[in-house]
Amino acid sequence: MSTRLAKGGRFLDKGKPVTFTFNGKRLKGYEGDTLASALLANGQVMVGRSFKYHRPRGIVASGAEEPNALMNHGAGGTFEPNQRATTTELYDGLQAGSQNHWPNLEFDVGAINAGFSRFLTAGFYYKMFIHPRPLWKHVYEPFIRQSAGLGKAPKEQDADTYEHFNVNVDVLVIGGGIAGLQAALAAGKSGAKVLVIEQTAHWGGRAMVDEPLAEGRIGGAPVDKFVEETRAALEKMPNVSMRLRLMGAGVYDHGYVLGYERLTDHAPTAAGPRHRLWRIRAKRIVTATGAIERPLSFAGNDVPGVMLASAVRDYVVNFGVSVGDRVVVVTNNDSAYLTAIAMKKAGLEVPCILDARPEGGGALMQAAQDLGIPVETGKAIAKVKGTRRVTGVAICVQAGEGAVLKEIACDAVAMSGGWSPVVHLWSHCGGKLTWDTGHAHFRPDVDNPPRDDAGEAFVIPVGTANGAMHIALALEDAEMSGRAAAKAAGHKPKPVATPDVTSPQEAAMEPVWLMPQGAPYELRMKAWLDFQNDVKVSDVQLAAQEGFESVEHAKRYTTLGMATDQGKLSNINGLAILSDALGQPIPQTGTTTFRPPYTPISMGAIAGEARGAVFQPIRRTPMQAWHDAHGADWEPVGHWRRPYAYPRSSESVHDAVMREVKNTRQALGLLDASTLGKIIVKGPDAGRFLDMMYTNMMSTLKVGKCRYGLMCSENGFLTDDGVVARIDEDTWLCHTTSGGADSVHGHMEEWLQTEWWDWKVYTANVTEQYAQIAVVGPNARKVLEKLGGMDVSKEALGFMEWKEGEIAGIPARAFRISFSGELSYEIAVPASQGLAFWEALMEAGAEFGAMPYGTEALHIMRAEKGFIMIGDETDGTVIPQDLGLHWALSKKKDDYLGKRAQERSHMADPTRWKLVGLETVDGAVLPDGAYAVAEGTNANGQRNVQGRVTSTYHSPTLDRGIAMGLVLHGPDRMGEVIEFPGVDGKTYKAKIVDPVFYDKDGEKQNV
Amino acid sequence: MKRYSAFAIAREGLRQHTGWERAWASPEPKSSYDVIIVGAGGHGLATAYYLGKNFGITNVAILEKGWLGGGNTGRNTTIIRSNYLQDSSAAIYEKARSLYETMSQDLNYNVMFSPRGVMMLAQTQHEIRGYQRTAHANALQGVSTEFIGPEQVKKLVPIINIDGPRYPVLGALWQPRGGTARHDAVAWGYARACSDMGMHVIQKCEVTGIRREGDKVVGVDTNRGAIDCNKLGVVVAGHSGQLADMAGFRLPLESVALQALVSEPIKPCMDVVVMANTVHGYMSQSDKGEMVIGGGTDSFNNFTQRGSFHHIEETVRALVETFPMISRLKMLRQWGGIVDVTGDRSPILSKTPVDGMFVNCGWGTGGFKAIPGSGWGFAELIAKGDSPLCDEFSMFRFREGKFIDESVAAGVAH
Ligand SMILES: Cc1cc2nc3c(=O)[nH]c(=O)nc-3n(C[C@H](O)[C@H](O)[C@H](O)COP(=O)(O)OP(=O)(O)OC[C@H]3O[C@@H](n4cnc5c(N)ncnc54)[C@H](O)[C@@H]3O)c2cc1C
Repeated sequence: MSTRLAKGGRFLDKGKPVTFTFNGKRLKGYEGDTLASALLANGQVMVGRSFKYHRPRGIVASGAEEPNALMNHGAGGTFEPNQRATTTELYDGLQAGSQNHWPNLEFDVGAINAGFSRFLTAGFYYKMFIHPRPLWKHVYEPFIRQSAGLGKAPKEQDADTYEHFNVNVDVLVIGGGIAGLQAALAAGKSGAKVLVIEQTAHWGGRAMVDEPLAEGRIGGAPVDKFVEETRAALEKMPNVSMRLRLMGAGVYDHGYVLGYERLTDHAPTAAGPRHRLWRIRAKRIVTATGAIERPLSFAGNDVPGVMLASAVRDYVVNFGVSVGDRVVVVTNNDSAYLTAIAMKKAGLEVPCILDARPEGGGALMQAAQDLGIPVETGKAIAKVKGTRRVTGVAICVQAGEGAVLKEIACDAVAMSGGWSPVVHLWSHCGGKLTWDTGHAHFRPDVDNPPRDDAGEAFVIPVGTANGAMHIALALEDAEMSGRAAAKAAGHKPKPVATPDVTSPQEAAMEPVWLMPQGAPYELRMKAWLDFQNDVKVSDVQLAAQEGFESVEHAKRYTTLGMATDQGKLSNINGLAILSDALGQPIPQTGTTTFRPPYTPISMGAIAGEARGAVFQPIRRTPMQAWHDAHGADWEPVGHWRRPYAYPRSSESVHDAVMREVKNTRQALGLLDASTLGKIIVKGPDAGRFLDMMYTNMMSTLKVGKCRYGLMCSENGFLTDDGVVARIDEDTWLCHTTSGGADSVHGHMEEWLQTEWWDWKVYTANVTEQYAQIAVVGPNARKVLEKLGGMDVSKEALGFMEWKEGEIAGIPARAFRISFSGELSYEIAVPASQGLAFWEALMEAGAEFGAMPYGTEALHIMRAEKGFIMIGDETDGTVIPQDLGLHWALSKKKDDYLGKRAQERSHMADPTRWKLVGLETVDGAVLPDGAYAVAEGTNANGQRNVQGRVTSTYHSPTLDRGIAMGLVLHGPDRMGEVIEFPGVDGKTYKAKIVDPVFYDKDGEKQNV
Repeated sequence: MKRYSAFAIAREGLRQHTGWERAWASPEPKSSYDVIIVGAGGHGLATAYYLGKNFGITNVAILEKGWLGGGNTGRNTTIIRSNYLQDSSAAIYEKARSLYETMSQDLNYNVMFSPRGVMMLAQTQHEIRGYQRTAHANALQGVSTEFIGPEQVKKLVPIINIDGPRYPVLGALWQPRGGTARHDAVAWGYARACSDMGMHVIQKCEVTGIRREGDKVVGVDTNRGAIDCNKLGVVVAGHSGQLADMAGFRLPLESVALQALVSEPIKPCMDVVVMANTVHGYMSQSDKGEMVIGGGTDSFNNFTQRGSFHHIEETVRALVETFPMISRLKMLRQWGGIVDVTGDRSPILSKTPVDGMFVNCGWGTGGFKAIPGSGWGFAELIAKGDSPLCDEFSMFRFREGKFIDESVAAGVAH
């Protein structure tokens, strides 16, 4: 039985009991517990089921590497699956549940799979379910999906909030163990701006557990004194910041580091965001991330109760929890002896230590033996007994094939296969690894580091993470690297005295990749490598046999290391098995790629604050509130919302649009045109520049005049249009489409900065500085005259002219331009007075029938008039020539953007589809996007086509469907009827006509 | 080749799996082949497969500098659809989609093609119109798609938020027969079939030079020596520019990083693939239970197979907005691939200025779905000198201005 010990538990506050539930059962723990330690304290060893075979799973580790103990937490808006119990700090009221079983943890139907495990090897799915074809989609796949997955999907909206944080530092130290603290001290004393982050809630790391057990001392005192003093010294430095519960999640190019801070996971009722994503820019990154212990591969190593030796002693020392009364220790190195010592000192029994090394260990072995613990050298576990809980082990010689020497009853096994430095953050951005034969692990190859733009290493590994496996070495390494990091960040390095260290030297470890060495198939198929994904030694060997020789192939074929722990426990063991199967040394096999994040981080944190209404803030015109109050039906246009129409109560949107068109044509319409892009282009070379940007000649435009201009991409395609007004000798104002303002401005700047950097031109996007209102209709002049202040008569302000002055006492610039074919003024006023001006127009206009109109009425009116719309008639493949806009292409200029492209053969191809008007034979509205069919099919069997609808409306003015389209030889086929099959099953017939449906001679707009 | 079946599994299960053979052989390169394909990604392997299957050309080597399938084929988000707008695109992608339907049986390898349906959300009026246009085009191209309303979207994807404050879902273009497949299995299945036909799949063999006599290709140099060939098919995605350079011409390609990520696995909660192009994100759920997520490309050129994190932020933000429940899932792993993007973002399947040398590249962010169709057409091009599936995708189209632009109908092209 695992249980709480009477004594011990340095993290616990025994004065603060905590209540929580597991699968509905009420249990007790203490503040300072993790969920894992509390479960063990309550005798809960089995905590989950594996992915594939649904085998019983127990807690294996005590930290981020845990593969098994994954839980559901919470309910409703705080429900969350796949929470690692070993890194979950216990809090009062925590509701935890185990996952991946049905109907419950103890009796799981999915465990049937385990019975078939003989057949369900690596590659099973690729070889099965091939016939009959329909069964895969309808039977097999749904079944496989249902039995895969781990936790349940959250259902409700997340009740928590998240935030982002940006910080720049000289030196970022990741990891708050003794090496990290020492490195930070050295960097801090040298004057560097330092941030030290630690993923757990405690400083000091592994040494805090191991050194007291080994009787190691720093500066003559216990390790906790050193940690406390160093922490206090760092705390005092103004240039050093320290943060707990903040994990280094990923290292990216240019010293960019992602930090993941869990602010309230341990205190969910506290105010503030749950997680904070730190975006850190560091000149140097010191990784002091320690090492992770490896499991050993023996049959039954997945039975609940088999744990990492380090975890077993962590639970004793940190949490006062024993994982069992009788713990067998099995190891290939000295560190596991500490576990035996810890157990014995806690009054528990260690029936024996199995040391696979023929010679056994060094000083620590002696210490264990002195405590009366029997040690058997050269021995191994042949097999673990028990299914849901360890009941014993069968012992054999490591060098043999598993013949059982004897069986020992026990209720837990503590295993150690050696230690692997945590090299993830070193590797994320390209740091290479080297194989250390002495410790049988990969450690950073400091000659091949991630490099910055100056070619210098920007990640510096220290301590155990750098393969310095003794604390004396680790401290020395850390001090030196802390100083070096500060120096590289531009500070004068100051040495820190490295304290004297006494700690026993360990005897050499010996790699043991399979236990026993000659284990036959029946044992190998029960020796787990990846506990969560159910990958066994035999699976990796099968992959090698079938030619999956690359480590990436073997990983993908077996799913080794692809579980939520990303192979923290399994990868090295797996690739050792693979290397052995291929008969090649481990470094030749290499590792798979280390990818961020180090451990999974919440999507909430990644998304940050920007959600809901502030996901992408809506841009508002000064009249937005007015539109809202007057029933606007909104349409998103870029980051704006524009009124589509203003339906009145009991009026449909369609009817509103019809009314708005009619009213504008017959009386007076007002349009909020503020979203139209407005870009000032100014300077001695501005005219020349605009001649390049536009197809038209803009340099010759007279001050006071306006000209409709076209913009093309380098490829010749029409990208934007708008009216350009010349403001003064060296200033032009360019109007763009609403959606295009930012990209047009960016486009101008790109050319100015990369191609014509020596031209004297400035651009400014002043879109939001002005409110702009289109005053449209036969009564447009009347309302402006009534408001007074500016002469807007035909003589004073002719068509395509502009003028500055005051209207209704508000400074205004009036442009006499028309996109509807009616008498029309577009009037720009300072944004701050936009609403006042709009309201003045509405009020004064009442007697002239003023009504606001929306974008749809605007579209219909322009279509009636045969004006093209960017995004409707154009789609990135259309050139001005297709649209009959030759008149806007200056022949006088040597060049403009797109000119050369438009000379390419396909651009001049007479079979390009050309703009025409389309009139349905029966007056119906053509379906949007419909294609006109032609005879026959093409070489690929597709129906031939000869044109398409680009915009289509019901015209209230003509009371029939009108459309524009691009048609093969269209302008030469006036009067011909072509057919458009709709996706509604009907075929629409339409006559090819002139695209100008309304007021062909322009009499209305020129009054 | 020993066939895979339930029976074979039962037999092997009872004899400790000793009878399974190598999925593909690992031969030493010969001095000469009829056809050399450079690049053992999906497109290269499929090309070789159809050279053998459709044209009986089996004296073929597929040279791969790393491990087969290790390029973008093994790192993509596996969306398969053919609801493209332009005729030439729809033709090749629909050919591919239909070949995916029978691929497992054809290759005797379960590639787990899952026609679960692909949905492209319309979140602006502009997108609605673009997708309506695509639906009209697809009807004439023989691609079955449909424009559906928001209620139907919600019914198919219960976890979606259709009335988000910013971009409510206004409808979607729905291709019920689109879906996903297991990317590695596609590469492995083809490699196994090619090897079975006697072709040489040679890994860790990098092409370092292209040898020509006059205007004609005669062979390649590799890190394992020179190898002769009559015809050369270069199918190396992001590295096409380098290979073209070796042969003395240029390709209109840029290489940029495209990233993807997965969540931890959860029980099934989403049965279709959803793409949200306005906000730049897409998501599906793998058979393992992970939510598979992707977004847009980085905007700078790059060869490092990793990208910048701000793109991940943007993508995840967009998807948290679209699927609020994922806020409480965790990102398990992120990665990147280098995609080869052309000027019009459509691929190149083409003859080249060098006689006997052909290129297949430019699949950019969306070529997984095309693998069998591309292999089918490209094999025909190599064997016969022309192919209706490839004609429009000539590399010379850029000179003529004859683009095949899919971005037209509002869209990214995964
Ligand atoms: C993150 C991401 C997500 C994607 N999502 C999707 C998606 O959802 N749907 C979709 O349809 N597509 C998607 N794609 C695109 C898709 O992955 C690619 O278009 C497709 O896989 C390209 O296949 P390929 O065979 O052309 O290239 P690759 O698979 O990259 O193969 C090219 C091969 O050539 C080899 N090579 C290069 N140089 C040499 C040399 N000198 N000598 C020998 N060998 C060489 C490489 O090692 C590589 O194996 C995505 C891509 C990425 C990166």
